[in-house]
Amino acid sequence: MPKTAIKLNVNGKAEDLLVEPRELLIYVLREKLNLTGPHVGCETSHCGACTVEIDGKSVKSCTMFAVQADGAEITTIEGLSTPDNLHVLQRMFREHHGLQCGYCTPGMIMRAHRLLQENPNPTEEDVRFGIAGNLCRCTGYQNIVKSILAAAAEINAAQEAAE
Amino acid sequence: MIPAAFEYHRPSDIEAALGLLQTHGDEARVLAGGHSLIPMMKLRMAAIEHLIDLRDIAGLRDIRIDGTTIRIGAMVTQADLITHDGLARTAPILREAALQIADPQVRYMGTVGGNVANGDPGNDMPGLMQALDAVFTLAGPDGDRDVAARDFYESAYMTAREDDEILTGIRFDATAGGYAYEKQKRKIGDYATAAAAVLITREGGCVKSASVAMTNLADTPIWSRAAAEALLGSSCDADAIRAATTAALADIDPTEDNRGPVEFKRHVAGIIISRAIARAWSRA
Repeated sequence: MPKTAIKLNVNGKAEDLLVEPRELLIYVLREKLNLTGPHVGCETSHCGACTVEIDGKSVKSCTMFAVQADGAEITTIEGLSTPDNLHVLQRMFREHHGLQCGYCTPGMIMRAHRLLQENPNPTEEDVRFGIAGNLCRCTGYQNIVKSILAAAAEINAAQEAAE
Repeated sequence: MIPAAFEYHRPSDIEAALGLLQTHGDEARVLAGGHSLIPMMKLRMAAIEHLIDLRDIAGLRDIRIDGTTIRIGAMVTQADLITHDGLARTAPILREAALQIADPQVRYMGTVGGNVANGDPGNDMPGLMQALDAVFTLAGPDGDRDVAARDFYESAYMTAREDDEILTGIRFDATAGGYAYEKQKRKIGDYATAAAAVLITREGGCVKSASVAMTNLADTPIWSRAAAEALLGSSCDADAIRAATTAALADIDPTEDNRGPVEFKRHVAGIIISRAIARAWSRA
């Protein structure tokens, strides 16, 4: 099958790629761009471990062909921060024990990131409903919800201080 | 999981998309949000040689409200329905139903057109479209034609859409009065064990008009004329709700699957239908 040329902007960097139409975005990110933050979990659109941000939407990258993303701006967990300067969501997940094995965490944080963009003051229920597309088999979600609420509070406090 | 190889097409207008369907016949399928089709391709339960992505076709993402007529393009996503202020005012049942579909990530991608055109009895929008008496627009080689939602579904995955046609949009009248979309599911993201869409208007303490439809309780969505007739003119008291529920249950034909045996589904359906009627009435 002939390959198709696509252009992606991934974590602020322009990428020109040749892909087969049947290549799923998750494999292009992981195997062609070496971005192994997005994980392959269930591969059946349920678990959300592969969640990335595409043009301002949270998307399960195992359920999208890379050709569909031609021209898109994509952010993966690698684009959120640097190892020396973690994103507030990452710090709060660490502080509040929002992870155990860590497999779901990149998808969970990318989803939480978009959720807080759209709803900067979520209730606990908003958070639980907002991360309903991400499964965690370790934590029972309690500490994940705490981490996201704590991140929201810190972001809002920082904004108030700035004003 | 890697799907079988296929050729990807991204036409920029509907004529080109229809042309591709003509050329490739049943080897081709159109792609909207892909959240039903791509999982089936990954499981190799759908073998498609030509995938025609509709995302570049202008106009399919529009939501237009002209007076009391609402038009929604096929590529409008569930997330678009949830966040659209005009729809929240003119047909709030859409938001209520869309919030009960799948999960946030799927709602960003999943489209109204895909949901109604796929013909999956588990999808929620077809049942809702029965309640709304919506009309679907199909573009084909000889131009557009309209098909009523109530005439569209023939059996599971079989619809009035011909292979060389594309469902481009839906339209229906703004709703007045009370509404409810009730859905029982095993977990968030699941299809309904039973779901019901109800619209009711009130006049002088009595039901002036009613529409009752159901999801995943037969191999097509079910609109129950008898359930609506049982409510008309009543004060929507417990007896009227019981009569309407009995009438609705007579119109369904659930089958046993991993969501339970037939008896259980009928039990759940009865509760969901009664709740939907009561809640719609409380808002009427």
